[in-house]
Amino acid sequence: MLDEELGKLTEFHYNHCPEYKKILDSLNFDVTKSHSYAELPFIPVRLFKFYDLLSCPKEEIVKTMTSSGTSGQAVSKIYLSAQNTKNQSKTLTEIITSFIGKQRLPLLLLDTEMVKKDRSMFSARGAGIIGFSMFGRDTTYALDADMKLDIEKVAEFLEKHQDEPILMFGYTYMIWQFVVKELKKLGKNFNIKNGILFHIGGWKKLKDEAVDVFTYNKTINDVMGNIRVYNYYGMAEQLGSVFVQCEHGHMHCSNYSDIITRHPSDFTPCEFGEKGIIQLLSVLPESYPGHSLLTEDEGVILGEDDCPCGRKGKYFEIKGRIKNAEIRGCSDTYERR
Amino acid sequence: MNDVNFLIGNENILNIPMAPFADEVCDFLNDLSKEILSSSEGRLYPDLSALAFWCRKANIQKLKSQERVGKYRLGRGLCFHIAPSNIPVNFAFSYVFSLLSGNANIVRLPSKDFPQVNALIGILKKVIEKYPKIQSRTAFVKYDRNSNATEEFSKIADARMIWGGDNTIKTVKSCTTKPRCIDIAFADRYSVCILDGEKILEADEKIMQRLSENFYNDTYLMDQNACSSPQIIYWLNDSSDAREKFWNTVYETAERKYVLQDAVCVDKYTKFCEDAIDYHETIKGVKNRGNLLYRSEISVLSENIENLRGKGGYFYEYSLNDLGEFFQVVDEKYQTVTYFGINPETLALNISSHELRGIDRIVPVGQAMDIDIIWDGYDLLSQLSRIIDVRG
Repeated sequence: MLDEELGKLTEFHYNHCPEYKKILDSLNFDVTKSHSYAELPFIPVRLFKFYDLLSCPKEEIVKTMTSSGTSGQAVSKIYLSAQNTKNQSKTLTEIITSFIGKQRLPLLLLDTEMVKKDRSMFSARGAGIIGFSMFGRDTTYALDADMKLDIEKVAEFLEKHQDEPILMFGYTYMIWQFVVKELKKLGKNFNIKNGILFHIGGWKKLKDEAVDVFTYNKTINDVMGNIRVYNYYGMAEQLGSVFVQCEHGHMHCSNYSDIITRHPSDFTPCEFGEKGIIQLLSVLPESYPGHSLLTEDEGVILGEDDCPCGRKGKYFEIKGRIKNAEIRGCSDTYERR
Repeated sequence: MNDVNFLIGNENILNIPMAPFADEVCDFLNDLSKEILSSSEGRLYPDLSALAFWCRKANIQKLKSQERVGKYRLGRGLCFHIAPSNIPVNFAFSYVFSLLSGNANIVRLPSKDFPQVNALIGILKKVIEKYPKIQSRTAFVKYDRNSNATEEFSKIADARMIWGGDNTIKTVKSCTTKPRCIDIAFADRYSVCILDGEKILEADEKIMQRLSENFYNDTYLMDQNACSSPQIIYWLNDSSDAREKFWNTVYETAERKYVLQDAVCVDKYTKFCEDAIDYHETIKGVKNRGNLLYRSEISVLSENIENLRGKGGYFYEYSLNDLGEFFQVVDEKYQTVTYFGINPETLALNISSHELRGIDRIVPVGQAMDIDIIWDGYDLLSQLSRIIDVRG
């Protein structure tokens, strides 16, 4: 089913996005023939930083997502139509509710409300917060404008909902930096009896501090109480079709997405267990050609349909960003002001 | 100037010129050469041994005997060097050229930390102690980009050697200097390679092996990112057999020697996509062998062809009817032509007779990176010294 959908999308984008068409023409790819999805072309995720890639008239764009680039770097621009946005939230809902149930739970956001208020840029971080807010009620922000843990506000929120399951959401490193470390420093504990935490974001800084997923989850339980911790993975370029880590530490594909890992040397697909560059496939992108992307992350596909958690589909582990190239040469500029 | 880290020397640098090829300087360079070669790092880093090789007595004597300098000449005074941030030992060549010309030197080191730079500084420190005349005229510095040291050093310099991109040069040139201070700017340049297909077909296995290794050293070794590294391969007497023969040996050599980084693979594929979008009318087709070698065939030579730049084994190719076709696109950006199977003198003659604005070097494949005292079209020795015009 995924094969067919993705093939159709390839043809659709070929016919509607001129830049995408030029790439496929350069690859001598024939969209009219049927292909297995491993044969479908992929485009580097970085291209969204350099070009405005869309597959629908600009008038139909209702929202432009920008990725959180560090200052000075170009940001990705993702153009979303109304239909695309709708499909994204529908899919996200289906994936997340399969973990938390359909009921809306009291939601504690481990972030600052400022990220939502600053509308100068519709950043992926703000979008993530807003997107997740629909799964909760009585939404409360744990951090103040200076990213300081508002312990009294949190205590009040937890007191009010003491007999209910608590839903929490935040960004992986920020939770560690501004909540976990602060609680440790204060010697305090949220003492949540039944909590669920979803978090998203890079592990690079945590790796630098030698924190792996098991240490992370255990420490969360040490300072917050009894919490089921779910890490999830997704790209601003493929919002909606996220990958969620199960209780066995494996990332899972949903019905809307798939993963292929590729050998760097020639981009042939890796075997299960082999590390490679991650290609992500999603059936959601319609208004922009983002259904098949070569990421800049590395990972290992561990297996398919046989994760001990019982979920079907491929499951994998992310190994982080590919190492920055050390390029020699003299064309670099020496000083900038 | 509190934010300047003097690795060698101090701010009381002696600004008194010396004669070019002063005995003490020649001895110092010979000593430096020996010291590098006997160090473990000198054996480890090819760029360090290349420096040592250049500084050896025989080479310096040869340069001196060429008597390009004339009878009465002195250094200009104090030369301030801004080295590029990512060719590790380039700063040392810059220093040595200026020292030989008779100048005192302040050298700003690359901002990045390179092991061979640290090793070389250690060796220089040790050797320079024995040469007080040179020691008092030498400073190696590091400072942050926010420092105003570039302004301060520029004020006292008699010459500046500015290596870097066009932006760097613009910034440095905006600093106030003495009225007679000269700037030698090594800007962003573009280089190409010209191969004769018939000569390649005639070449035996041994010659091909050497050619491919030389080509590798010009390109892959520096990730094709040096200004003198060729971007476009021009074919004269072209044939598909010649091309296959050439690229097969290059591929085999690269496969054996090149460490293909994952990020470079993604970069190259990204380059391929960008070219498809931006240059779909200029590029006929792209052949690749995995991610190690990309060959992009140009269908039409246009004026801004030098915007096509590959990295880490990404080449553009064009079949020339004659050299005249190539001369039409040459502008002042063009630096080096590497060649195989063509007569360099004929090429040089043609450049003169066509009154071209570019091409400063014509060297065999394999010598693209060989920096020397004539570089980028400048005779550095004569630029960095002054002539005393004596008439009887």
